Amino acid sequence: MSRNGALSAALSVARRDLLLASRRKSDAAAPLLFFIVVATLFPLGLGPEPEMLRRIGPGVLWVGALLATMLSMTRLFASDYEDGTLEQMALSPEPFAALVYGKLAAHWLTTGLPVIVVAPLLGLQYGLPGDTIAVLAASLAIGTPLLSLVGAIGAALTLGVRGGGMLMALLVLPLYVPALVFGAGAVEAGAAGTGAEPHLSLLGACLALAVFFAPWAVTASLRLALE
Amino acid sequence: MLQASRLECVRGDRKLFSGVSFSLKPGELLHVEGANGAGKTSLLRIVLGLALPESGEVLWNESPIRALGEEYRRELAYCGHSTALKDDLSAVENTQAAAALAGRSMDRGSALAALDRAGIAAATAELPVRSLSQGQKRRVALARLPQGGAKLWALDEPFAALDAGGVEWLRREIEAHAEAGGLALVTSHQALPVRTGFSRLRVGA
Repeated sequence: MSRNGALSAALSVARRDLLLASRRKSDAAAPLLFFIVVATLFPLGLGPEPEMLRRIGPGVLWVGALLATMLSMTRLFASDYEDGTLEQMALSPEPFAALVYGKLAAHWLTTGLPVIVVAPLLGLQYGLPGDTIAVLAASLAIGTPLLSLVGAIGAALTLGVRGGGMLMALLVLPLYVPALVFGAGAVEAGAAGTGAEPHLSLLGACLALAVFFAPWAVTASLRLALE
Repeated sequence: MLQASRLECVRGDRKLFSGVSFSLKPGELLHVEGANGAGKTSLLRIVLGLALPESGEVLWNESPIRALGEEYRRELAYCGHSTALKDDLSAVENTQAAAALAGRSMDRGSALAALDRAGIAAATAELPVRSLSQGQKRRVALARLPQGGAKLWALDEPFAALDAGGVEWLRREIEAHAEAGGLALVTSHQALPVRTGFSRLRVGA
């Protein structure tokens, strides 16, 4: 038996969560299906004028991705908390933050990545032109990890709280505002031809901040929840 | 060496215990006794560093455990009421994942061997844990202890749900752990079945 570093501990946590997701495909697929349904409801409710759909498309798809991520966040730590795995993670000699990164990586691969893959198809449904769809995919590629990281803070803070799901939505949705503004803004600017790069850069800056600070906030909240 | 001095634990506005002190040298066992709700699990969690005592401190080799951090956590193995098993994974996968969390990699073969020693046959070890009985789950959760190389075992009601064979196996493992110079804290309502000497600690008002 050999001694391993933080990276391999994080990878093994990610592998375990991916294995669990593959054993419970319906749970894992729910956020994606939710995203597709929400994005499909808007044209049904608002009518099929192509011009309007093209205009609201980026915003609707971004809000859909945001809500789908948030929906999946409520279960991120809950089952580990209930079955005692979280205690074992807190007692691990490897850095807690590394293990949390492992969990978040698995979470993003099962929710964020499918959203990025499906979003261009839904963009076609809204009649978005090709280059706008490319910007949409790029903004979601930067944005969904950000949504996962920020959502994890809310999930950790509301862990073990009764009715935590609603509280978490109230905590996290305001924090999602920058991601939404820059993400949807990038797509709209791309469509208007004014250049999406500034918005994408700001989104990237938010992501960099979250990568740095979120695990620290998450582990601190988790340790509090365990006490 | 593990030392606890004048630990006090308060839950809400209720004082669970105060003035709990003990010291444990290599090769020693401590049986933590007490009525339901007396604070046995709380004491274990304080000793592990999962919870903070209201006052008092826990020392490992003369240093406070808070200061030691992962150096202390490397020496620990904890098996609590909740078994930390994933229902959808098999016993082997659970054992390997638990070893990885403890900072060690364990191949399939040694996981199967560890489970076999704990009385989980290879065929059972491949089933999802949800299909196992309570006692079998407990055996799976405990199976990784002997392989982990941890100095300090903290076992919360480890004999609960185990059948006679399981109790016998765990007794031998705990005794072997103590003989190899390990330390163990065990909470249990029943008398400890181990034959090596152990000290007792009664918590509660």
